[in-house]
Amino acid sequence: MRTTTVIIGAGHAGLAMSRCLADRSIDHVVLERREVANSWKTERWDSLRLLTPNWQSRLPGFGYEGDDPDGYRDMPETIAFIERYAEVISAPVETHTTVTSVRSVDEGYEVTTDRGVWSARTVVIASGACNLPNVPALADLVPPEIATLPALEYCNPDQLDEGGVMVVGASATGTQIAAEIHRSGRPVTISVGEHVRVPRVYRGVDIKWWMDRCGVLDEHYTEYDNLERVRNLPSPQLAGSDDRRTVDLNSLTDIDVKLIGRLAGINNGNAQFSGSLPNQCELSDLKMNRLLDRIDEWATENGLDETVEPPHRFEPTKFEASPPLSLDLTSGEIRTIVWATGFRPDHSWLDVPVFDRKGRIRHDGGVVEAPGLYLMGIPFLRRRKSSLIDGAGDDARDLSAHLASFLTGDGYAPQSTKT
Amino acid sequence: METTTPVDNGVNVDALLEAREALSEAPEAAQFQWRATCEWIKGTHSRSTVEGFFGLGEEQQHKSRFTFEADHPEVFASEDHGATPVELVLAGLASCLTAGVASVAQMRDIQLRSVSATLEGGMDIQGILGIDSDVRNGFDGIKVTYDIDADATPEEIRAVVAQSQKRSAVYDVITNPTNVSVEVK
Repeated sequence: MRTTTVIIGAGHAGLAMSRCLADRSIDHVVLERREVANSWKTERWDSLRLLTPNWQSRLPGFGYEGDDPDGYRDMPETIAFIERYAEVISAPVETHTTVTSVRSVDEGYEVTTDRGVWSARTVVIASGACNLPNVPALADLVPPEIATLPALEYCNPDQLDEGGVMVVGASATGTQIAAEIHRSGRPVTISVGEHVRVPRVYRGVDIKWWMDRCGVLDEHYTEYDNLERVRNLPSPQLAGSDDRRTVDLNSLTDIDVKLIGRLAGINNGNAQFSGSLPNQCELSDLKMNRLLDRIDEWATENGLDETVEPPHRFEPTKFEASPPLSLDLTSGEIRTIVWATGFRPDHSWLDVPVFDRKGRIRHDGGVVEAPGLYLMGIPFLRRRKSSLIDGAGDDARDLSAHLASFLTGDGYAPQSTKT
Repeated sequence: METTTPVDNGVNVDALLEAREALSEAPEAAQFQWRATCEWIKGTHSRSTVEGFFGLGEEQQHKSRFTFEADHPEVFASEDHGATPVELVLAGLASCLTAGVASVAQMRDIQLRSVSATLEGGMDIQGILGIDSDVRNGFDGIKVTYDIDADATPEEIRAVVAQSQKRSAVYDVITNPTNVSVEVK
């Protein structure tokens, strides 16, 4: 089978690219290992809702049509939204088609699947950023009597034994899961390293609205000297809920979740924690306040001070004066450890030498160094919002333009300029 | 805030940024080994020396040999020929964080006028004396207090100090466990 472009993955990113290629009349196919929105269907915990409000899921040629623009979709609604998008744009999706290999050939790429081989001049990788859990090596040292599971396998608290739980990691995932498990009656300790604190609502308005309007989410990857750092930042401590509550560390302390430093080692069944908790909290409080300063400036410049609530600052993150530095994992206090330590993509089927020494695809804003190969849907691919559904549109527009000029032999579109 | 002259904290930021660039391309050159030797003199008095280290793929030398006297004070029935080893640890932490403050401030275009740090490490010596096995030998906590005069807002100064901790080797050594093997020839 032959086509011009193979898109791998029928999630929001792959579908946004499909729509942009269709707009340019570029012949393509979207290969999907199972069904449209598969990761949303099978790799998310039950209670998860999108962190972004409904209005913010804007895809090329599609957007929110319901009557609750400020609400947050649950998983069935998110899946329905993405399925509906695939229908509306008539995306040429081949479901239940698992890519087993992509390799370079003279004319472009040969994409091997469990349902045949495709030849294409260009390939867009949109298979997701969160395929595999990033579990630290020290997980091997956890005593065998403790159950461990990565956040990818967490569905709800009923899965867990009764008794104490340690959640490792304080991103959106870690803080949400910690709160939910603690409310189920299992006392939770959360191990906190670098984290990003933001309020759900500021001055009466959703933080995502502020970040969208004042340009934070449009920050371009070329504006950063140290992309490595921003691409690896944990997700902000946010949750979508009807009461728009904040899930920062103070909210966890308020329900008696225990904060403890970053898990630094396990020695003879004794978990050791970093003494850096005060600084981790200071760093994220300062960073949050810089964001709020920027929002306040923008609100004043744009004459919004009369229409929204006045500026204010949140209480600094509270922590014990001397948080414990160790915890005996054999004492029975902790029965389960949940690794909320991040995710990584699975590109093991990509047989093109484009990986850096840490196994990540080398790319310039999604343009992979192998000609005709593109990457979508990973954190800060081209913009701060690249990790959001809302970021797929602009990224797909930019990369489809690059792909089109590659096909016509016009050479590369300028990459390192802001569009 | 504006300054009329370029910010100069005496830190060569360009060289540091170049090094970061170069070492991310050649991670093997980033492998360093720091060394010290120590000679017992008498009683609790000893003298440590640093001179050579390994880095950037080859043996390196300090411009001169540096020595550090260490002893214990008279309340420990010692002769007090030098700092207590735990005080050297505090000094190491202070110097590491302060170097970081200067570098981060330079990177952020903040002119420093004065930086002073006061360190306090609490210790219950029932640990080292073996009186109570529930008491650890080391510090029960370290408090660092910075007094910084700079062309920056208080929040910016706090952010510099926080970032310095994030990038500090000695802060990491103290706040995280490290495997230590001690052998006898």
